[in-house]
Amino acid sequence: MKIFTCIKYVPDTSEAEVKLDAGGTAVDSSRFSFDINDADNYAVEESVLIKEKYEGDVTVVSIGPKNSDVMIRMAMAKGCDRAIRIEDDRIASYDPLMVARVLAGAIKDQEFDLVFTGCMAEDYGQAVTGVALAEILGIPHAAYVKKVELEDGKLKAHRELEGGLMEVVEITTPAVLTIQTGINEPRYAPIRGIRQAQKKELKVVNLDDLGVPADEVSAEASQIVLEKLYIPVVESKAEIIEGAPEEKAEKLASILVKGGLL
Amino acid sequence: MGNVLVLAEHRQGELRDITFEMLTLAPSVAEALGGEITVLLLGNEIDQMAEKIAGYGVKVLVVDDPLFADYNSDKYQKVLSALIDDLKPKLVMVGQTAQGADLAPALAVEKNLPYLSDIVGLEVEDGAIKVTRQFYSGKVNARYAFKPADTALVAVREAAFEAAAPSAAGAVEKIDSPLKEDLDYRKFVEYIEAEIGDVDITQSEILVGIGRGLKEDKNLPLAEELAAVMKADLCGSRAACDAGWLPSDRQVGTSGKTVQPKLYLCMGVSGAFQHVAGIKGAKTIVAINKDPNAPIFAEADYAIIDDLHKVVPQLTEKLKELKG
Ligand SMILES: Cc1cc2nc3c(=O)[nH]c(=O)nc-3n(C[C@H](O)[C@H](O)[C@H](O)COP(=O)(O)OP(=O)(O)OC[C@H]3O[C@@H](n4cnc5c(N)ncnc54)[C@H](O)[C@@H]3O)c2cc1C
Ligand SMILES: Nc1ncnc2c1ncn2[C@@H]1O[C@H](COP(=O)(O)O)[C@@H](O)[C@H]1O
Repeated sequence: MKIFTCIKYVPDTSEAEVKLDAGGTAVDSSRFSFDINDADNYAVEESVLIKEKYEGDVTVVSIGPKNSDVMIRMAMAKGCDRAIRIEDDRIASYDPLMVARVLAGAIKDQEFDLVFTGCMAEDYGQAVTGVALAEILGIPHAAYVKKVELEDGKLKAHRELEGGLMEVVEITTPAVLTIQTGINEPRYAPIRGIRQAQKKELKVVNLDDLGVPADEVSAEASQIVLEKLYIPVVESKAEIIEGAPEEKAEKLASILVKGGLL
Repeated sequence: MGNVLVLAEHRQGELRDITFEMLTLAPSVAEALGGEITVLLLGNEIDQMAEKIAGYGVKVLVVDDPLFADYNSDKYQKVLSALIDDLKPKLVMVGQTAQGADLAPALAVEKNLPYLSDIVGLEVEDGAIKVTRQFYSGKVNARYAFKPADTALVAVREAAFEAAAPSAAGAVEKIDSPLKEDLDYRKFVEYIEAEIGDVDITQSEILVGIGRGLKEDKNLPLAEELAAVMKADLCGSRAACDAGWLPSDRQVGTSGKTVQPKLYLCMGVSGAFQHVAGIKGAKTIVAINKDPNAPIFAEADYAIIDDLHKVVPQLTEKLKELKG
């Protein structure tokens, strides 16, 4: 099994205050901490599990800055064999269709059976890249996959639908699977793996190296225009319970009990 | 002509709400673009569904064929592709669902359509379509325009718009399937229903919800003890269930359960829309989160902005005292 696994370095904004630059066209990301996208972490684990079971090798592909090398090394520490990092300012990285074209450029001439992506990157919440990539590569796909079965050369993907219902589909390989969180239990990188990862190949390339014409993946090629960003006004009807933690607990307890909620 | 083409979504014999939510959005767009709404319905033995949709004052194009007995993104793509050539709609709308997200990106690539997913707003300004979507789980809104194109494609977030009410009688028109043969590279096998656990949280009167903010499973007793004094059942966000803190049948949200308790108290849950969609039926919502900008506070009736470790143990004690 030859597998390509696409991973993205994304900011953790769950606890952060998000600020915009003066022009309102970019997010000030200087104070964010970055890590592998949640779903991609599961995709890495799934590809390593398959490699361990059926032999083969896993290549990590990521479009991103030099800082993301720590994420890539971590994926290799967990068992991925090599990596390609694509860095090029000309890519319209806000448009997942352009991102998919670049990823396709890195994968299309290689030998592969499976391509994994996360089902969605948390930063922009698009859930587009994987399925677009399959179409560009001209191969079948299944999105939101929460179980992969490989038997007698057949691939069955369990797709997670709304309400937790699963749809099992059988598809031919090579194929793209977009992986949903919770499909497995991502491992921690073993110390030995972390050491080995330093010796594994991490190739850094640009569009010219890939033979992807820049004018096919740039802002000019993109058909969407990001006009402006703004912080939405959150309309909250909530009663905010103030005070020291103990006072807050006391007030809430009293509201719940006296208000007949409990 | 500025026509709008809407893809109806159904599963296991039922139209899904997103279909009617798109029909809330579509009329103003069609009017502003000076066109009409056509709804495409693909399936097998779907007369009743077609009639129901027509009751929203729209034209329904129906492909009723055994080849479409089950959803298959590749087959759907073939029909949509043919219809886009035929009808040249200005805008195509699908749901940002497990179905739409499996279909629309490939269609966009095939037809070279400008495409935006998971949209929460759409307006027409001077004939140009403007779209709003969100970054960072709702912390930032982004407004986009499409470059000039014959047809643009959007995937609409579920529950972002209220479902429309039926209006006037429309029309149903059956068309031949543009797809003549089954595909050999992707086949539907079966549905597997979600597992049923020990507690059915859809029936719970009081729920305590936990999220990633709980950080480690060793903190679970914090929530369990609170739930015990509140006589509540425990449930969680997807992150909490993925981490294995709770079994997946306790997950609340679009890919989990829709709950309707009298009281929902959650801690360390950010309030991603996929989670919030599952708690719309809760009567009273209490949220404990240390981030004042957490989207969950937009849903809450009572808000405590603080560290759950500081507040929750105290809350459990106070409730014990008050309830004797
Ligand atoms: C197709 C799809 C379907 C999905 N379906 C669902 C679904 O059904 N249900 C669901 O829940 N999600 C679903 N998700 C995931 C969803 O997008 C979010 O990732 C998820 O809800 C986040 O869970 P969370 O709120 O627990 O974690 P986070 O978003 O990481 O939030 C953690 C919160 O804890 C707070 N916190 C941290 N430490 C503390 C502390 N000490 N005290 C107080 N607060 C603290 C933080 O401020 C933060 O707000 C789905 C995603 C996809 C792509
Ligand atoms: N810059 C990138 N580099 C590598 N993979 C990416 C990149 N952007 C998106 N992907 C992959 O595509 C998936 C879906 O992203 P998105 O369509 O942006 O939600 C992610 O989970 C990744 O697997």
